[in-house]
Amino acid sequence: MTAITALDRPNSYIGRSVPRPNAKRLLAGRGRYVTDIVLPRMLHGAYVRSPYAHARIVAINADEARAAPGVRLVAIGEDLAKLCTPWVGTMDHFKGMKSPPQLPLPIDKVVWAGQAVVAVVADTRALAEDAAELVAIEFDELPAVVDIDAARGPDAPVISPELGSNLCFHGKIDTGGVEDVFAGAAHVVEEEFLFGRHTAVTMEPRAIIADYDASEPKLTVHHATQTPYQFQDIYARHYGIPEACVRVIAPDIGGSFGMKLHMYHEDMAVVGLSIMLERPVKYVADRMESFVSDIHARDHRVRARMAADADGNILAMDVEDVTGIGAFSAYPRTSVVEGNQVYRLMGAPYTFKNYRADLQVVFQNKVQMSQYRAVGHPVACTVTERLVDMIAAKTSRDVFDIRSGNLIPDDAYPCASPTGYKFESLSHHACLAKIRALMDYDGLRAEQAALRKQGIHRGIGIASFVEITNPSPAFYGVGGVRISSQDGAIIKITPSGDVRCLISITELGQGTETIVGQIVAEHLGVDRERIKVITGDTETTPHGGATYACRGAGIGGETALQAAKKLKANVLAVAAAILQDEPDRLDMEAGWIVDAASRQQRIELAEIARIAYFRSDTLPPGTQSQLSVAHHYAPEGYPFAFTNGVQACHLELDVETGFVKLLKMWVVEDCGRVINPLLVDEQIRGGVVQGLGAAFFEECTYGDSGQLTNGSLAD
Amino acid sequence: MSDLVDVSLIVNGSEVSHRVPARTTLADFLRQTLELTGTHTGCEMGVCGACLVVLDGQVVHACLSFAVQASGSAVETVEGLTERAVIADLQEAFHQRNALQCGFCTPGMLMTAYSLLSQPGVPSREDIRDALSGNYCRCTGYEAIVDAIETTARNRAAGGDAAAREEIDA
Ligand code: FES
Ligand code: FES
Repeated sequence: MTAITALDRPNSYIGRSVPRPNAKRLLAGRGRYVTDIVLPRMLHGAYVRSPYAHARIVAINADEARAAPGVRLVAIGEDLAKLCTPWVGTMDHFKGMKSPPQLPLPIDKVVWAGQAVVAVVADTRALAEDAAELVAIEFDELPAVVDIDAARGPDAPVISPELGSNLCFHGKIDTGGVEDVFAGAAHVVEEEFLFGRHTAVTMEPRAIIADYDASEPKLTVHHATQTPYQFQDIYARHYGIPEACVRVIAPDIGGSFGMKLHMYHEDMAVVGLSIMLERPVKYVADRMESFVSDIHARDHRVRARMAADADGNILAMDVEDVTGIGAFSAYPRTSVVEGNQVYRLMGAPYTFKNYRADLQVVFQNKVQMSQYRAVGHPVACTVTERLVDMIAAKTSRDVFDIRSGNLIPDDAYPCASPTGYKFESLSHHACLAKIRALMDYDGLRAEQAALRKQGIHRGIGIASFVEITNPSPAFYGVGGVRISSQDGAIIKITPSGDVRCLISITELGQGTETIVGQIVAEHLGVDRERIKVITGDTETTPHGGATYACRGAGIGGETALQAAKKLKANVLAVAAAILQDEPDRLDMEAGWIVDAASRQQRIELAEIARIAYFRSDTLPPGTQSQLSVAHHYAPEGYPFAFTNGVQACHLELDVETGFVKLLKMWVVEDCGRVINPLLVDEQIRGGVVQGLGAAFFEECTYGDSGQLTNGSLAD
Repeated sequence: MSDLVDVSLIVNGSEVSHRVPARTTLADFLRQTLELTGTHTGCEMGVCGACLVVLDGQVVHACLSFAVQASGSAVETVEGLTERAVIADLQEAFHQRNALQCGFCTPGMLMTAYSLLSQPGVPSREDIRDALSGNYCRCTGYEAIVDAIETTARNRAAGGDAAAREEIDA
């Protein structure tokens, strides 16, 4: 490529495949994960867990454990309940939703197999585990509620009797007219879908170090999380420590995928243990503990019908979703969000208007279920696309053809789905056309037919989807949950003309710091190498939503952009005072103040900084240089920024063995302006591979008594 | 149960001697006793490959052996290979290709690649995928990792301008 493009301008980084500066450290083995961190006087926690899915705690005898070598503390539910107020994982706009209060460790009963009951803190993890084995807990086993139907039966044991039933939430959507449409439809297809439980399996398990210093008081938590501000708020409120005295640091994180933004009982307990001991306490889940205590996701049974006219035009959908979420709703994001997104994303790419759905969110004696990557999307997409394909089969229409006939036209926006989602601008047809060409659909079909004659079975599947991204305050904020939808950035020029950007979105390896650096460099007019981006510390960065729901670039990136523009205006104001020129006749480029028209270099940014910081006496009277800016940005208007795309899959089936060989996957996603194609491609590939894992290989399976039966990486 | 044993070995070229509980794994010994935290543990049961190190020339799971079993041996970790600059081209290829996200699996990936590339011949993509079958990565789609290893293998075979960078298509 030799042609000069817009990308060849100085500091034009947006749209470029630049590698991640912070990846070099990780490649050298110099990452600093919470699992790596050691603090002076640090102790280690281990937990005694319940072997039963549902049981009363009759007695706990920890005398022997207390006397074991190296043990500093053995704590039970009552001990922590004296320090920590209970939490309830509900959200206001899920009307009628209920969930029992939670404490770090249970007091009278356990509600899932693997629940932590007793905490042991010792000089080393090994000693803590030795002592944990000496704790004797007498349980009185109760009947376990495992199955989602049995849980709702009239004779079902109720896990939290004070709630009256095992129903956490019952939601309904009905546009009206659905019965009539189905009664009069030429074609009705119907199927039941079962989605097993999945879990994130981050390569670095959950890890936390709480360090309480009573003298200030000050709580510092090194926490492997994607949302440090959320946890700062939670620790402050539930332990009664002023928020300004709570610092949460999220250093390098070894994978998260939504799993590391929920409140876990063990993590909350670690904070209390540190308060009790006034020493740092570390807890790292081992892989077995991860399987029984990290959130799971999915676990839906969907029964759905779709009606179409004689030509295959989709007329209506009727959906019933029952989902099992464990014994309580997760905190603070709840366990209803996934079901809510399942029943609102159903049919979202299509034009039909009549929709009815029933969502039941059910308590059961399993580990808590909540948001994990792609919350609800795989369920809604699988159901919708399968039914669309069934309509195609009934009406003898090609799978592309049926979709182009039913997808919302690209010029129909803004519009709304029958489930209430407002779409600003989507591009289903453009994506469909693109993937068709990309995969050579017609060629593949011809090849498929030819090979079938030789007994080779190849399959071609496509799926259109709508994706929820960048939630506004209409979601958590309005629901009464203290999770921010805005982000904040502080950008400052150092005395030598370098730039530091402290921003509230967090880095999980997806490239947050890189894209923020690209944006600031381009909009400020400095070289990328001179910008240092800092994330993941509530003490230094402004409060923000951090990283979830594909909001990093959309909200965090916009925050950085606006902050950079503000700072540039400040720099140009000082430059104009020094150069006796007008700010709007100046610009910045490659770390220089240049003449806006001729691009001639006038004065270096480093020189502006030197004068501003050390020789303000030489500036005209009344000039106060503002070489740092703090700026916040929250999305307005639409509750979400919906995006869309289409995926295609080509595979070969061995009809004798049932063995499936994946030949190729294609993805066309309209993700808006791409800041760094290298990073976007890698995200998509990683997402596809994780999705293939879920589709083909992964499931957390439970026995009748509520025991997880495959809780290790070898199963 | 926590009897102490003497462990003496060569780690990244230097002799080290420590008295540790007999049950200390090589992974914990490297990470905790020696503070070489580049070696990671993702499963502690020999499945994920995050803990791979070179022990007397062989790539082994540090989570599966006790430190005392490595006594008298020579161990090299990602820190050692980095210092000796023997994987500098591989690290550069990973960087340019963005063959990592969170980086937790990466030291293990580098170990596998280091060992594969130490054998004669240029491995095919199939060979590379085979070699990586004991390395879990939850973030990437593996594709970029295979690309980075393949690029390095080719560059080395081509007479190894080690710093040769793969052009990235912007
Ligand atoms: S930690 Fe050794 S293989 Fe996973
Ligand atoms: S980069 Fe995160 S596990 Fe491989």
